Amino acid sequence: ALREELLLSPLPTGDVAATFQFRTRWDADLQRGAVSHYRLFPKALGRLVAALGVRELHLALTQGFWRTRYWGQPPLQAPAGAELWVWFQPTVTDVDKAWKELSNILSGIFCASLNFIDSTNTVIPTASFKPLGLANGTDHHLLRYAVLPREVVCTENLTPWKKLLPCGSKAGLAVLLKAERLFHSSYHSQAVHIRPICRDASCLAVSWELRQTLTVVFDFFSSGQGKKDWSLFKMFSRTLTDTCPLASQSKVYVDISPKNKEKELLEVSPPPTSVHEAIVQGDKKTYAVYDLLSPSLFNTSRSLNVQLKWKRPQDSSEMPIPTLHAQRYVGGYGLQTGQICTLIYNTHPYRAFPVILLETVPWYLRLYVHTLTIITKGKENKPSYIHYQPAQDRRRPHLLEMLIQLPANSVTKITIQFERALLKWTEYPPDPNHGFYVGSSVLSALVPSVTAMKDMDVEQSPLFTSLFPSSDGSSYFVRLYTEPLLVNLPTPDFSMPYNVICLTCTVVAVCYGSFYNLLTRTFHVEEPSRGGLAKRLANVIRKFRGVPPL
Amino acid sequence: ITDVLTAVALYLAIQDFNKVVFKKQKLLIELDKYAPDVAELIQTPMEMHYIPLKVALFYLLNPYTVMSCVAKSTCAINNSVIAFFILATIKGSAFLSAVFLALATYQSLYPLTLFAPALLYLLQRQFIPIKLKSKSFWLYTMQYASLYLCSLVVIICLSFFLLNSWDFIPSVYGFILSVPDLTPNIGLFWYFFAEMFEHFSLFFVCVFQINVFFYTIPLAIKLKEHPVFFMFVQLAIISIFKSYPTVGDVALYMAFLPVWSHLYRFLRNIFILSCVLIFCSFLFPVLWHLWIYAGSANSNFYYAITLTFNVGQILLISDYFYAFLRREYYLTHGLHLTRQDGTEAMLVLK
Repeated sequence: ALREELLLSPLPTGDVAATFQFRTRWDADLQRGAVSHYRLFPKALGRLVAALGVRELHLALTQGFWRTRYWGQPPLQAPAGAELWVWFQPTVTDVDKAWKELSNILSGIFCASLNFIDSTNTVIPTASFKPLGLANGTDHHLLRYAVLPREVVCTENLTPWKKLLPCGSKAGLAVLLKAERLFHSSYHSQAVHIRPICRDASCLAVSWELRQTLTVVFDFFSSGQGKKDWSLFKMFSRTLTDTCPLASQSKVYVDISPKNKEKELLEVSPPPTSVHEAIVQGDKKTYAVYDLLSPSLFNTSRSLNVQLKWKRPQDSSEMPIPTLHAQRYVGGYGLQTGQICTLIYNTHPYRAFPVILLETVPWYLRLYVHTLTIITKGKENKPSYIHYQPAQDRRRPHLLEMLIQLPANSVTKITIQFERALLKWTEYPPDPNHGFYVGSSVLSALVPSVTAMKDMDVEQSPLFTSLFPSSDGSSYFVRLYTEPLLVNLPTPDFSMPYNVICLTCTVVAVCYGSFYNLLTRTFHVEEPSRGGLAKRLANVIRKFRGVPPL
Repeated sequence: ITDVLTAVALYLAIQDFNKVVFKKQKLLIELDKYAPDVAELIQTPMEMHYIPLKVALFYLLNPYTVMSCVAKSTCAINNSVIAFFILATIKGSAFLSAVFLALATYQSLYPLTLFAPALLYLLQRQFIPIKLKSKSFWLYTMQYASLYLCSLVVIICLSFFLLNSWDFIPSVYGFILSVPDLTPNIGLFWYFFAEMFEHFSLFFVCVFQINVFFYTIPLAIKLKEHPVFFMFVQLAIISIFKSYPTVGDVALYMAFLPVWSHLYRFLRNIFILSCVLIFCSFLFPVLWHLWIYAGSANSNFYYAITLTFNVGQILLISDYFYAFLRREYYLTHGLHLTRQDGTEAMLVLK
């Protein structure tokens, strides 16, 4: 069964974030043997899961960066570039081989160069990534995580992604996914998540869930192109015309939470089918719901164009700061050393909570772990769990995982120094390059929420339980990514290979030549010779002049 | 501390060596092997008295030694092991010299080539002539070689027991031999392998490594009468052509230069070479800074200085070699050479 949802939320800076979620459930038990009846689940992914023994798969392709500080906590953040993390079944014997095959097959399915994922950018995190679906045990050797920060997302990646949807892009919410508007945005992220879930409440059987999410942030207002009012037509240049016949649920949620809790500032038209209130990420939010399957919606007009108007200009001074946000930058000067600084902010007024930080640094930036310092409020903060795996040249990246306690209302600064290596000339990217990318670091935390949240039914609103999961009523899970970094490495002169070989071999030959001379020749007294050719010629000329010879 | 130990070891070694040289000279004069007019070439005890002190001071006050001490590099430990090895060899104790040589080889692979000069010196000391057919020659060689190999095996097995795996062999020796890390240093290799075509990298790695070990046998044949000079030349070749040279290695062989200060009159290019070496040493940090920090110079600048420095070192060694051979020739053939018709003669290498 297919469920599709669209969440439109205006962000504090005036931009609009649209999150699409398409959920397909496949009631098949892969343990029992080969399956051939796929129905709505895309065959490519189904065969992949069966053949390689994949238990969970999460792939995200992102362009841009989610500005947590200004936009609030993201529903589902992904790091810039491509990110792939996979839990394999315990029956898989050679996980690395399966990982390599998987990345190659996915690179073919999604037209992304995921085949660059190899041992130099794959790590095995121990604590940061727990399975999101059903899991028996969590042996972290079955988990692989890789991120490619240089990947670019474009229409070529969107098209195969759309093809995996049951209705394609012809009916339902997917008609809004037109490439020329989607990539005119400041943040675009498309993801595929596959995980096993309980088939029903008694959880006697397992079925597979495929969730395809797409988050896009349109920045008409902050880039000065338009007013703060938006509509579906303005954003996507399309309106919703009809529903996908295969969908059992198709809804549009618009976030109309009042900011000041006093008056309603927003007006949504056409009037919504219902209004839904939920506590999401620690805040009470109100959503206007448009149920596309209800017959009353398309009564008046054939198309649905949700519009939002601001009744009065909003005070821009009051911008809510998210409880947990972070930033990362490179410090130092010169091409020899540098340091990576991460700043983590906890703005909760009275609650402290721990956060797991996962950093993957490529091998050519040699980290010095003895220079790792964590300072909170001027004092040193010791992490309660550190897992460090040093890099091996050209084989493995650095992996650093730490569990850090963040006190309430504080800023934590984590610095670590590194040294840059000189690479062989073929290992540098082609000349017009930005530099070397260091992938985003991952922060996972259970953030305590101000207001209590109640458990929600998975079947009723899959969007909320998957976008905003909460294990208990008092905290919600957040995974944040920091910025990717750009570093420059010292470069040799690429035009010089022949010259270098010649010069170095000349120096070696100088040594060889002088030693050969000294070793194989002995001293002799010089005999006076008759003179060379020049001397004889000179003598001939002298004879003509009548001068005595040399 | 290790630097002081090295200096003390070198001092004692050179003292002993001086005694040996003097004895040998006396013997040869009595045997009338020297030509009559070479009185001024013979080393007198007076000038030889201060040489050990000069050697120790040369090592301690060398700016290269000071720099490697400040940088806290393990080169100082390497140097002290080699210095103790030289001391043990000159004193004549085969067992100790084998042990120290094994220690030095265990740290970095290249002192293996110092096995030959040590063997030659010990043979000389035992008055065993070096003839390929003589039994005592082979007996002694086998003894010494087995001592050396046994101590090497013992040390490697100790490491194995400490680590419980053989992983350290590719990490330590494979690293030295295959040069994977390309951090710029004062040697020739780093830029060469940074700019190498992938296809040929194995070939050139092998060529460069063979280059270090290759001079041992020809030098042994030529310098079998003078093993200590052979050791000096071998040390210099190691420190120029090893895969990751440092200025500490340069300091070690430069410490031996006062021992051959009597060759001064035969050195051809000493002024230019010393200027080149001093100049290059000053330019090294300047061009490094320009490349890495200021960004206004290229890696080629630093590479050029590397080239010049190594050429200077090579020419220094070959100059000393030339001077040494020339003095030997004069000792046996007389200082004033005349041609057949009585005019002053020139010496050439033919």
